[in-house]
This record gives sequence, C-alpha cells and structure tokens, in this order.
Amino acid sequence: MSGTRIDKRFEELQKQGRAGLVTFLVAGDPDFDTCLECLRTLPENGADIIELGMPFSDPMADGPAIQAGSTRALQNGASMPRTLELLQRFRAGDSTTPVVLMGYYNPVYIYGVERFLDDAAEAGVDGLILVDLPPEESGEILPGAQKRGIDFIRLVTPTTDSARLPAILDGASGFLYYVSIVGITGTKAPDTGRVSKSIEALRQHSRLPVAVGFGIRNAEQAGALGPLADGIVVGSALVERIADPETRSGIPGLVAELAGALRSRNRKATS
Amino acid sequence: MNKTPLSNRFDGGPDEGGHFGIFGGRFVAETLMPLILDLEKAYDTAKEDESFQRELRDFSSHYAGRPSPLYFAERLSEHLGGAKVYFKRDELNHTGSHKINNCLGQILLARRMGKARIIAETGAGQHGVAVATVCARFNLPCRVYMGAKDITRQKPNVFRMRLLGAEVVAVESGAGTLKDAMNEALRDWVANVENTFYIIGTAAGPHPYPAMVRDFQSVIGKEVREQIVEREGRLPDSLVACIGGGSNALGLFHPFLQDEAVHMFGVEAGGHGLEGDAHSASLSGGKPGVLHGNRTYLLQNGDGQILEGHSISAGLDYPGVGPEHAWLKDNGRVSYVAVGDDEALEAFHLCARLEGILPALEPSHALAHVCKIAPESSREHLIVMNLCGRGDKDIFTVAEHSGGMDGVVDS
Repeated sequence: MSGTRIDKRFEELQKQGRAGLVTFLVAGDPDFDTCLECLRTLPENGADIIELGMPFSDPMADGPAIQAGSTRALQNGASMPRTLELLQRFRAGDSTTPVVLMGYYNPVYIYGVERFLDDAAEAGVDGLILVDLPPEESGEILPGAQKRGIDFIRLVTPTTDSARLPAILDGASGFLYYVSIVGITGTKAPDTGRVSKSIEALRQHSRLPVAVGFGIRNAEQAGALGPLADGIVVGSALVERIADPETRSGIPGLVAELAGALRSRNRKATS
Repeated sequence: MNKTPLSNRFDGGPDEGGHFGIFGGRFVAETLMPLILDLEKAYDTAKEDESFQRELRDFSSHYAGRPSPLYFAERLSEHLGGAKVYFKRDELNHTGSHKINNCLGQILLARRMGKARIIAETGAGQHGVAVATVCARFNLPCRVYMGAKDITRQKPNVFRMRLLGAEVVAVESGAGTLKDAMNEALRDWVANVENTFYIIGTAAGPHPYPAMVRDFQSVIGKEVREQIVEREGRLPDSLVACIGGGSNALGLFHPFLQDEAVHMFGVEAGGHGLEGDAHSASLSGGKPGVLHGNRTYLLQNGDGQILEGHSISAGLDYPGVGPEHAWLKDNGRVSYVAVGDDEALEAFHLCARLEGILPALEPSHALAHVCKIAPESSREHLIVMNLCGRGDKDIFTVAEHSGGMDGVVDS
C-alpha cells in the first residue's frame, strides 16, 4: 500500500531524516468549536500527524488527563457523528496532514462497524487505533478497514514478546505504535535505553515506521527519543492544557517547541 | 470471530478464544494480552492438577466452612402458600458471602504463578472483604479499588477490609461505583503487570476470568445437587439467584444447565423501574456492547457511552453482566427478570421476620422473585434460592429506606 497520506508523510520525514510529531487531542474537548480551532493550529506549528481521540465514558488505558478530556467532550455534546463531523471540517481545510482516529471499540461497535468505516473514510480518516481490540478480536473490523484503505495501526508494548509479535504485525499497516511505558497514558516517563532496545528489536521484524507514545510530555523527552523513532506521540501534555483558555493559548507554543526538538535532533536519513 | 464452535451443550462454553456465542472474548489493551494468555495457561494447568484441587477443597472446608447448608425455609414456604422453598446458605461462609469461593481459587493460582501483589475491585465490599481475607491468610499485599459512593454506603465493609490489612482506594471518577472501580483496577494492572495478580470478583472481564470464576463458584450448584437429592430424592424444579455480574447465579446454575426440567431465573436489579435509566438490569434493559474486556449486555446510550446503573444494592449496581449470562439469555436456557428496590426491601424484611435471617440486599432481589413464583406453584414444586450473602452490611441502608432505625423497630 503506498500513496496514503500516512505513507507519504513518513516518506517525507525519512527524507528529512527526522521523526515526525504526532499530536493527540480528544474530539470535542472541551467543545466542538474550540477543538476544531485548536486542531487547525497544530500543522502550522509543526505537527506532522494528528491523532483524534473518539471520546468514551470508560477510557481504561488512559490516565487522568485524557479521562478528563473525554468527560469534558461528552458533557459538551461529543458523539461519534460529531467526531466524524469534526474530522470532516478539519479535512476541508487541510488535505495533507494524516489523521488517525483513536479510541475504544464500543462506540464504533454501536455506531455499526461497516457504517463507521464508510463514514470515517468519507470524512477523510487515514488510520484507526482501537486500544481494546487486540489481534484476537480485530477480525470483525480489519478486513473492512483494509478494503477502504484505512490503516489499522497496532500497538506494540514492553510486554510484547517475540512469540506474540507476528500476530500483532499480521495486518498492521501505516505505522506501529510503540507504547513506551508499562502503564496508562500520561503517567510514567519512558526509559530511553529500554525504548531504544525495544525499537531496534522491532525493526528486525517489521519495515513499518514506528511511533513512540504514552508518557512523552516535553521537548527534552521528545528530543531524546526522536533519533530512535519515526514518530513521537504527545497527548496528555496537550489535553491537560486545552480546558483552560489561559493554558490553551500555550498549546501552539508547546507544539512548536516539540517540533523544534525533533527537527534539531536529526537522525541519519536512511534511503 | 469464533475459532471453534461451541459444543451443542448449554454448559459447553466458552470456545478457545473465550467466546460464548458472540459474547465474552478478550477486549483488552495489548499490554495485558501476554498476561492474560499466561493466566489462561496457568489456570488450565492448575485445573487439571489434583494437588491444586485438593488444596482448594481443603481451604474450602476448613477455612471457608463448606459445604454450606441447604435449608428448608418452612415458615416462608407456608407464608407464600405454594412451592417448597430452600435456601442455599452461602451467606454462612467465612466472610459472609459466596465471594470467598472464588477468592480462594484465585489466590492459590496467584501463588502458583509467583505473583507478589494482589489487586481487586469491589462494589458492595463483599468481594473486597473476601480478597482482603485471603491476602491476610496468604501474606500478600492487597489493594482494593472501591467507588467513593460505595465507600459511603458500605462503610462496615471498608472498615473490615482495613482491619484485614488491605489498602482501600476510593475511586472518584464517574459515578463512583463498581464500574469505575473496575476501570481503576484495570489501570493499576496495566501499570504493574510484572508482579500483580488481579482477582476479579465476578464471572466477567476478559477470558479466562468468566470461565474461571464460574468454575470456582460451581461448588455451589454441585453441593445443591447432592443436598437436594438427599433431602427430596430428586432435582429441584426451579433455581433462583440474583445477578449483578452474575457469579453466584452461574455457580448455582452451571451444574444444572443440561437438566432440561430445571427452570432457572436470574434476577436483576430493577432499581426504580426499567422504563428509566435508574436500574442495573443490563440483560433486561441493555444491549450488547464491549466493556471491561468482554462483549456482553450493557446499559449504554445510543452513542455507545456506558450509563451508570442504579440499585439500592451496591453489589448489583453494575452496567454490565458476565458474558455467559448474555449467552444463556439469547439461547433461552435461563429466564432473566428484574426486581425493583422496593420489592427487594420488602423481601428483606419478610426473611428477617419469618426465618430469622438477615439476607444481603443482593439475594433479597432473588427472594422477591421467589415470592412471586412460589404462590403460583404447587406444593410439590421445589425452589432453591441462593442466599449468597448476609445482610449485616446493609442494615443502615435498610434503616434509611424504612424510616430510620426507629421505624424498623416499631413497625
């Protein structure tokens, strides 16, 4: 599969010899309009890929920041149709930045798997991450996603061993999401040495780009992990700033700082 | 989705992927998957190991007090004027409920697996107390997640857990009840996979929990089979049990699933009535969805957001249900009904006065259904109800809903 927005973006990043910045916000957090406005500022400040969280009442893999973001969004009228509308509105003004929808399976299942894939593709989605849908359970959505050219992005974690890896890689496309800590989002700080070893091992088995996330909060961490990976995901640090107008105004600056850290720490371009 | 079809038996599930029809499965974060596969392997081995089973039987007899009696509730039967009603007295177990059956099984498994730390979720606190108990007995550190609202309405159990050395963590997120406690326990588990064993309290969660918890609780139904045949010379006509997650009910029902003549009633918490949102009857009032590691019936809105259940009974206040119950509903083997807060309270008082037993508010729901079906049945009809917990923890809730302690005493 080539020619998707995600593939093109990683090709460009590889030419530039740096990791991309992947930014996460919860759709509709704190409300639809503010979220859309905030999303639009991300690419111009250096975000290379956008992850958009689909709000869920019970985000079991998320720490306090993203839990609170999900709650705020739902209290202010977020829903699956509104999430897809947000994506569509963003896409209308930006045809190149890849957008990955990330969340939990139940809202997708209740919306209807086929209907969701149709509507998400129509709205301009590029990839899908479903945190609670391991390979054992993903058979009911993976073929439909592949058929529509939506990348099904799989999570690899510190607990993934070589026996399990082939099952995870089977059907994975777009990029691999390496969960850098044993835990929930936005809590512990990743250990660069351990992450480095794990990514090296992962590259023995897959040629897919690897993005690292869960626990990266600042430019220093991003800069340290950037040379090891193809993408650096920052979520909680943005989500915890979005509710209050005062901290929200600092988001573009933080994104620019994170992007700057990745641009200044080039790794050798591989060709 | 199903790798191997279920055998053509009602007690044949789950398949190798942990599915009961479309229900069950392993809907968990990738971080937990290797752990859950390990647990499945360890349990499969232990199940077949005679030394494990012998140790479990020994603790069940001499520590928990099994077998629990099967008691003919003579005055209640007379009062209802129909069927002969028997109580399976699981409230007489050590710690006061059926929860100890499962906790003994899981703690012995945790020890076999070399786990150094135990976590659990609890609603009414009965499971939390049972976990704290076995952790004290086996000298393992224990952390119990409990919704902040449940902590308020089940204070005696919070105190019991702390006396037993457990750390009780109040969960403020959501409505502060069992669902939120389970989210928090899962978050703890994801962060501490290396050394931690999660003792889930009901027959729900990712495979292998639903099957494992059911197996540990099936001692209830196995004992009933022997005891009722000894007393009456035959199997019962009806089995009745309350359903939150559904472990006490599965424990009673499972050994009888292939006996077609035995009717089974699972009684959910109807709260203030099924027409609104203020109930916890996920089978009667919910629809299939995915939460806490399994696909099952859930209380949810049209957007797939999980709703907060309501019940006067903290132990039934959960928006989901074990996946095997979801399957037994769809295939029609078990009838699922709902009983409201007021009916359960009435049954509580009736049982106290007629039998000298304070039932927990959870089995008071089952008893309320017994009160409906017994008068319509013949004198030969045998009903066995699982009296799965004692009501000491509920006396303040009951007092509050019955016009205060004075009201209870004077009326």
